[in-house]
Amino acid sequence: MKLHEFQAKQILARAGIPIPDGHVAVSPQEAEAAAKAIAAPVAVKAQVHAGGRGKAGGIKVAKSPGEAKAAAGAILGMEIKGLRVEKVYVERAADVASELYLGITLDRDRRRPVVMLSTVGGVDIEEVAAARPEAIARGWPSPLLGLLPFEARALVFAAEVAPAQREAVADIARRLYRVYGETDATLVEINPLFVQKDGSVLAGDAKLDVDDNALFRLPDLAKLKEVSADEEAEEKARALGFSYVQLDGDVGIIGNGAGLVMATLDAVRNAGGRAANFLDVGGGAKEAVVKAALEIVLSNPRVRSVMINIFGGITRGDEVAKGILDVIEAHPPRVPLVVRLSGTEAEAGRRLLVDAPLESRETMDEAAAEAVRLAKEPARA
Amino acid sequence: MSVLLGRETRVIVQGLGREGRFHAERMKDYGTKVVGGTKPGAGGTSIDGIPMFDTVARAVDATGADASIVFVPAPAAMDALLEAIDAQIELVIAITEGIPIADMLKVAAVLETAATTLVGPNGPGAITPGQSKIGIMPAENFSRGGVGFVSRSGTLTYEIADLLTRAGLGQSTCIGVGGDPVVGLPTPDAVRLLNEDPETEAIVIVGEIGGSAEERAAEYMRSEGKKPAVAFIAGRSAPPGKRMGHAGAIVSGNQGTAESKVRAFEEAGIPVANAPSEIPRLVKKALRR
Repeated sequence: MKLHEFQAKQILARAGIPIPDGHVAVSPQEAEAAAKAIAAPVAVKAQVHAGGRGKAGGIKVAKSPGEAKAAAGAILGMEIKGLRVEKVYVERAADVASELYLGITLDRDRRRPVVMLSTVGGVDIEEVAAARPEAIARGWPSPLLGLLPFEARALVFAAEVAPAQREAVADIARRLYRVYGETDATLVEINPLFVQKDGSVLAGDAKLDVDDNALFRLPDLAKLKEVSADEEAEEKARALGFSYVQLDGDVGIIGNGAGLVMATLDAVRNAGGRAANFLDVGGGAKEAVVKAALEIVLSNPRVRSVMINIFGGITRGDEVAKGILDVIEAHPPRVPLVVRLSGTEAEAGRRLLVDAPLESRETMDEAAAEAVRLAKEPARA
Repeated sequence: MSVLLGRETRVIVQGLGREGRFHAERMKDYGTKVVGGTKPGAGGTSIDGIPMFDTVARAVDATGADASIVFVPAPAAMDALLEAIDAQIELVIAITEGIPIADMLKVAAVLETAATTLVGPNGPGAITPGQSKIGIMPAENFSRGGVGFVSRSGTLTYEIADLLTRAGLGQSTCIGVGGDPVVGLPTPDAVRLLNEDPETEAIVIVGEIGGSAEERAAEYMRSEGKKPAVAFIAGRSAPPGKRMGHAGAIVSGNQGTAESKVRAFEEAGIPVANAPSEIPRLVKKALRR
């Protein structure tokens, strides 16, 4: 789950990390009032869950409340990477001397958090990592001990932070690590971390992604979850215990098990088609499950055929077949179905499907080829 | 025994709820020695004929268990894993899905100095066909033989085991390492176990997008490989930035792509199947060398 910049900054501020004075606004009038209260030049910043806001025109500097009002008027309602801007954050413009990067994320290979600090700030850190890996200092604190003072100092020296800011940056790094731990973050990033002309250090931007699996113990953060229009089907699926991801092809996919569904998408591509979605129904594909899964897949208007790929383990193939039959008898789907059953009692399941208005195939490759062929046929009347 | 588990492995079950009971029964049917279960307050009773203990330490003392399977729900799973590690159980298999990453990082840190091998979480467990199954996989898809099998997925593992079995390629041990970003026994470590196992003649490595465990496994086999291997990567058509079901199956920026994994295996001389159906043929070809 992603937080907005203003939400992340409130969390940083509570942890004692300096942030510029700022206010959220949902209208140009509110932005004007916020700029008046700040009584200094401000930055008006789009609050959307997308990177590259600056390049998209979602960040403007305003020297007066009037300019802030005009900037908010231009930014509110604009679309950045398909997401509509509903809120802006109006904050005091920093008096920037230089920019640093500070971030903490997961290092999967080392199975530790990795803290990254660089004096090359304000730019895409992945680009820095690719072009000049030596420009990023890294530390891997023990998740049992947290970022220790000596580790924070080592980072500051390794990154060659200017002597006047060493202490402040090391302190912010340790506070940021506490935020990382307390919010179950998968990523927490201050980019840029401003060094102002008076030598003070403060967070110019803030990014905080929270582990969805930890929301059960973070009720205050869970309340901040926002579902955008293109995530609605994914959220609906999650509530049913499915995992659903919309893709851009036309062959709908239903399967059991994440790896099997991924392999099914690949089989569709191998057959010259493109999958419309990823949908893993998990274990126990009974009638109600098949019905709900079909509804979600068919809610995508691009879908022109559906492939159901079930490997019966504990779930029996004949039970799955009965579930599919019941569903298509009660609610005939608008597009052709291709079913591939394998594993436990798969043959019994296939026998049940012989006379059904669907295509049944024995292997994943055959079923994918048929589903791709059907998706390319002219639409049925 | 092959690796991790065999005929003599004695297992306790942590979390005998509905799912735990269902699978404990099937493990017993398979011949796995299920010697106890734990549930605070249930010590001295039994569930489905399985003697119950209040703590893992007591269960180990009383039964001599050297393995545990964990079905405890995600919010309490870290505690269950740490309790098993503290009781010095050699093999802990975690089925639980949805454990917070921060919890698994703590568990991984404790494992660094512990005697325990943790398999999972968010995987189907492990099976040495014909001897012992500690997991939730349907046993009938597996058969005894010389193919060692490591996989990050569940159902896809059953599918491929079924393909191998139908092709007359039995398995030594199958290890489902789990689909989370942080697991106890990452793919390269599981591959190393099979590479050093005298009963394993060839290794099948089933990976998926996300992370770089497959790249590290390929690198290990390139320098240390003693036997042929065949790989398959699921998610070659997945777009970047989208999590494909498994918490760990995500391409982040240029990290974790299928292309990188396929290239790493090919550079290590390990053929990569385009579809699961190609795996048995590639294994046979590799074994004939």
